[in-house]
Amino acid sequence: MFDLNGKAALVTGASGGIGGEIARVLHGAGAKVGLSGTRQGPLDDLAAELGEGAFALPCDLGDDDALKALPKQAAEAMGSLDILVNNAGITRDGLMMRMGDDDWAQVLDVNLTAVMKLSQASLRGMMKARWGRIVNISSIVGETGNPGQANYAAAKAGMVGMSKSLAQEVASRGITVNCVAPGFIETAMTGKLNDKQREGMLAQIPVGRMGTPDEIAAAVLYLASNEAAYVTGATLHVNGGMAMV
Amino acid sequence: MSEGDIETRVRKIVVEHLGVEEEKVTENASFIDDLGADSLDTVELVMAFEEEFGIEIPDDAAETIQTFGDAVKFIKEAV
Repeated sequence: MFDLNGKAALVTGASGGIGGEIARVLHGAGAKVGLSGTRQGPLDDLAAELGEGAFALPCDLGDDDALKALPKQAAEAMGSLDILVNNAGITRDGLMMRMGDDDWAQVLDVNLTAVMKLSQASLRGMMKARWGRIVNISSIVGETGNPGQANYAAAKAGMVGMSKSLAQEVASRGITVNCVAPGFIETAMTGKLNDKQREGMLAQIPVGRMGTPDEIAAAVLYLASNEAAYVTGATLHVNGGMAMV
Repeated sequence: MSEGDIETRVRKIVVEHLGVEEEKVTENASFIDDLGADSLDTVELVMAFEEEFGIEIPDDAAETIQTFGDAVKFIKEAV
C-alpha cells in the first residue's frame, strides 16, 4: 500500500517542520523528492539526510520567474514531476481593521497565487503522463476563520475552492487535486504561542493534544498514492477533532 | 518546412492525441463535433502544436482553431 517507487514529488516549504516531514515520508515510500524552500541550509541538510533521490531546489515563491521555473527544474532533476505538494505558506497576522495592503498581498501571493502558478506549470507533464497528484496544504482556519488571520484564512479557503475547480478540470486525465487541512500542529509556527494561548487551544481539541508533522505527512502520503485515485476535490481534516467539518 | 509536411505533422498529432482514424481528420473536421474532443483535449492539442512547431498560440487565436483545417492554416502562417 502507498508505494511511491518510480514517482517524483516536489514539496514546497520543505525547510519547515511540516514540509520537511512530508518530504521524509514520501521519500520513505520510494519517491524521489525535490525540496523547495527559501533557506538553502536546511534544504541541503535534509537532502543529505535523505540521501539518494533527494534534491535541494531553493526557490523564493514571491519571485514570479523563479516560481514558474521551479516545476521544470524539478522535472529535470528528478526525471519527471508526478506529485506536487504545495505546502509553503507564510503568515502576516493582524486585525483586519489595521491590516496593511502589503500584509494582505504577500499572504495571498505566496499562499494562493503561487499555488495556482506552480500547479499550472506542473500540469503539462502530468497530463501527458495521464497520472498526477496535487496535494495542497490548507488549514482549519480556512474553514473556521480566526481573528487576526483574515489574510491567511482567505488564502487557505481560496485554496480549497481552487482545488475543487481544478480537480473537476483534470479528473479525466488521471490527475487528482486534494487538500489536507491541519489543525494545531507542533511546529515553529505554533511554538510562538504562550502557555495561556496553548492551554486555551488544547481545551478545544477533543483528542487533547497538538498534532505532529508526521500525522500531516501520513495524510499527504495517502492522497499522493495510487490507492487514492478515487479521491479528488476533497479536503482531509487532520485536527484532532477540533472542528468536525 | 513544406506545407504538406505541416499538414502531415498536424494530422499525426491529432490522430495520436484523439485516437481517431486518419481518414476522419479532414479539412473541415471539427475537433469537438466530429473528432470527439472535449475542452481539455483542445487545450492539449494547442499545447502539442506549440511544442511540435516551436510557436506560441495565444488564447484568443486558440479559440478560433476549431477544425483540422483551422489548425493547419494557423500554423502555416505562424512558422
